[in-house]
Amino acid sequence: MQMSVQVHRGTSNSRNALVGAGVLLLIAATLPFWAPAGNASSWMREFVEIACYFTFAMMWNLLAGYGGMVSIGQQAFFGFGGYVMLMLGNFAGVNPFVAVPLGALAAGVIAVPVSFVAFRLQGGYFAIGTWVIAEVFRLSFGNVSAVGGGSGTSLTALRGIDKATRETATFWMALACVVAAIALVYLFLRSKRGLALLAIRDNEVAAESQGIDVRGMKLAVYVVAAFGGGLAGALYFVGNLRISPDAAFSVNWTAFAIFMVVIGGIGRIEGPVVGALIFWALNKFFSDYGTWYLLGLGLLAIVVTMRFKQGLWGWVQDRRGWSLFPTRRQLVMED
Amino acid sequence: MGALLATIGLTAFYGDAQALFGIDFELGAGEMVAVIGANGAGKSTFMKAVTGLVKTAPHGIRFAGEPIGGLPPGEIVKRGIALVPEGRRLFPSLSVEENLLMGGFSKRAGPWTMERLFKLFPILAQKRDQPATSLSGGQQQMVAIGRALMSNPTLLLCDELSLGLAPIVIKEIYDALPAICAEGMTVVIVEQDVAMAQQVSQRIYCFQEGRVSLHGRSSELTREQISQAYFGIGSEEAPHA
Amino acid sequence: MLETLIQGLLLGGLYCLFALGQSLIFGVMRLTNTAQGDFIILGAYAVIASLGALAISPWLIAVLLLPLAFGFGYGLQRQVLNSTLGRDPLPSLVVTFGLSIVIQNLLLQLFSADPRSIETEGFNTQSIALPGGISVGTLPLVILVLAVAATAALQWLFNRTHVGRAFRAVSDDKETAELMGLNAHHVYALATAVAFVLIALAGALQAMRTTVAPSDGPLLLLFAFEAVIIGGMGSFWGTLVGALLLGVTQQIGFRIDPGWGIWFGHIVFLAVLVVRPQGLFPKTRG
Repeated sequence: MQMSVQVHRGTSNSRNALVGAGVLLLIAATLPFWAPAGNASSWMREFVEIACYFTFAMMWNLLAGYGGMVSIGQQAFFGFGGYVMLMLGNFAGVNPFVAVPLGALAAGVIAVPVSFVAFRLQGGYFAIGTWVIAEVFRLSFGNVSAVGGGSGTSLTALRGIDKATRETATFWMALACVVAAIALVYLFLRSKRGLALLAIRDNEVAAESQGIDVRGMKLAVYVVAAFGGGLAGALYFVGNLRISPDAAFSVNWTAFAIFMVVIGGIGRIEGPVVGALIFWALNKFFSDYGTWYLLGLGLLAIVVTMRFKQGLWGWVQDRRGWSLFPTRRQLVMED
Repeated sequence: MGALLATIGLTAFYGDAQALFGIDFELGAGEMVAVIGANGAGKSTFMKAVTGLVKTAPHGIRFAGEPIGGLPPGEIVKRGIALVPEGRRLFPSLSVEENLLMGGFSKRAGPWTMERLFKLFPILAQKRDQPATSLSGGQQQMVAIGRALMSNPTLLLCDELSLGLAPIVIKEIYDALPAICAEGMTVVIVEQDVAMAQQVSQRIYCFQEGRVSLHGRSSELTREQISQAYFGIGSEEAPHA
Repeated sequence: MLETLIQGLLLGGLYCLFALGQSLIFGVMRLTNTAQGDFIILGAYAVIASLGALAISPWLIAVLLLPLAFGFGYGLQRQVLNSTLGRDPLPSLVVTFGLSIVIQNLLLQLFSADPRSIETEGFNTQSIALPGGISVGTLPLVILVLAVAATAALQWLFNRTHVGRAFRAVSDDKETAELMGLNAHHVYALATAVAFVLIALAGALQAMRTTVAPSDGPLLLLFAFEAVIIGGMGSFWGTLVGALLLGVTQQIGFRIDPGWGIWFGHIVFLAVLVVRPQGLFPKTRG
């Protein structure tokens, strides 16, 4: 008796979500046209900021949750992307909006020699090692007077454009980045390479014995995550207009990314989305409390890690079986 | 007659997979019983269940009349069960002497001391300060046995003593068993080498896919009986020629 | 040049005290404590706060703090950190990272961002004249002596005591150690307790030698980590040597240009990582 088996990927939930997302995207993209005049500017700026946090968190999630590499030094690429964008804009006369993807590219490229050093370490020590590397970036840029040394400098290349146009362009770019980040990670993980990545994450030795090029895959993930990190950084400083080593290479970027991913749920695509929304909400209501707010974030991260190992979305997913970005394959027996 | 160790319908899981499907096992004081079976038959899981490394239901295992299922390993060694683990599992960072000292951690009273162990295995006295894993395979096995004896158990479990050892070394190890059993030690050996198992033990249990497929007195069981039980031939599912 | 070397060695003494606790915890339970530096600063502030309340010598306070630190470390490991141990390094990293943020912001809230220090009535400016016309600060020299003593004590603890045997056994094979009757959770907590004694000591000395501020922690963590890696994991004497080397490297960097001191230390660390990733004195396992 033959049993036929089909591999299903989408669920009805995910199909609905896709339609819903498309509608949301349309509404968001047209925001500059329908938002009340007083709010448009601040809403767009707020979105750009959260988009940068989110993209960065997505990349950290890719690296840690799927690549199995926990890094506390991704801010090296965030800041590098920002600085390259600024240098291209200020010194090479490149349009800053064009310089954003170029900055991302530069971050991806520099990730290769960096990986040569970073991959000497594993696990927890890999994490701290990447932090050291980020510090080297920070101190190095802090000693380059051409970009203002320790106190930083401004992005002069956008001086000629009026505020509304600049803000709208930045907003659309941010929207594009968010969509691109989600799409990139989603498609990558659904591909054969993504499956290989999951195999590596689950058991590196077994994966290697199956012929998977573990080293190559890890490098690929590291470079992609660096590219995404650089994209987020370049975008952030196009919006911010002013860069400094302490802001660009601050470990807080990674801290917030970790927070978003852990609260939302690591290794799941929806995780950083949920985490970013929660983070944005907490930020909106509590950031005025300064140190208490940050303290609370830290405590929340600790509690969630200890009690809800799969994050809040992961907990929901386990209980309800929801999946908006299904990357799992389900075997369905047909008789 | 009360059994020293008894399991009744013991089930156990290795991770998510069920490894034992209702093992009935009995062992009297002073006996030497062998457990044989192919790889994956559940022999090691059985050892781990008895010593608390694998969680089981409380009343599935009784030792000296008390239920011990699910107790932590530290508690079980205090009650007098010691395991010589499969693959020896010596501590690489510790010397031979320190490994033996670790065995005596639970401080049970009894005849076994380090001096007595060195009399049993003289080569270990020579190498007492060397890192335990720098010794030969057979010598490491002696350390592992010694380490288990240091806790002065009433029941000694030996999981695959002959694993990876040359025949002449295996004989040397098994030649030491009578000295260990001389004072009434109860021993269970898990063995791949069926001939050796039959030779040294009084009774044999054969495991097959998590169940007891055969048990009886070693002197009475035939080679054919054992082979059938070992490989599961003679049961309904097996194809007949 | 000799002066730079000596200054570097003295600095390395302090780095050794930063690093020993980390080396111990990682060695016993493979846990990376990213809040190491922040706990050191917390220790410093504990002494500072006590000084405000009690009118006794800071040295006495530091000594009284040590058993408290022992208990704190034990409790922290048992209640919080033990549940993060396992094959996945992420939970322990996130939890210790979270602790780092909590500590920094708590200290910021309680003490403000102004740098503070511990008054030692001029002890930290005293110096001893050595033959050859060089003078070394008395406090840095005391710190170096304490660092060497702590290293020797830790090595002795590991090699010659019952507790040290237990540390090595659970670090080798937790399951088999439990088979012998060891309670791994208790042993881990003891290790962390010892590490926190060193952390408290390091914190007190740091605040005597220089100023401390709530956000100083992360940099101290990096120094501790670099010292451990350069020296080679699994060896306390290696950690001492690594710390001394780091101190000397930084001093050389400071000499060349004050802005490049720490950067130079980082670069040398990365170079060691590339050329000899196992460190200078890695412990070889049998």
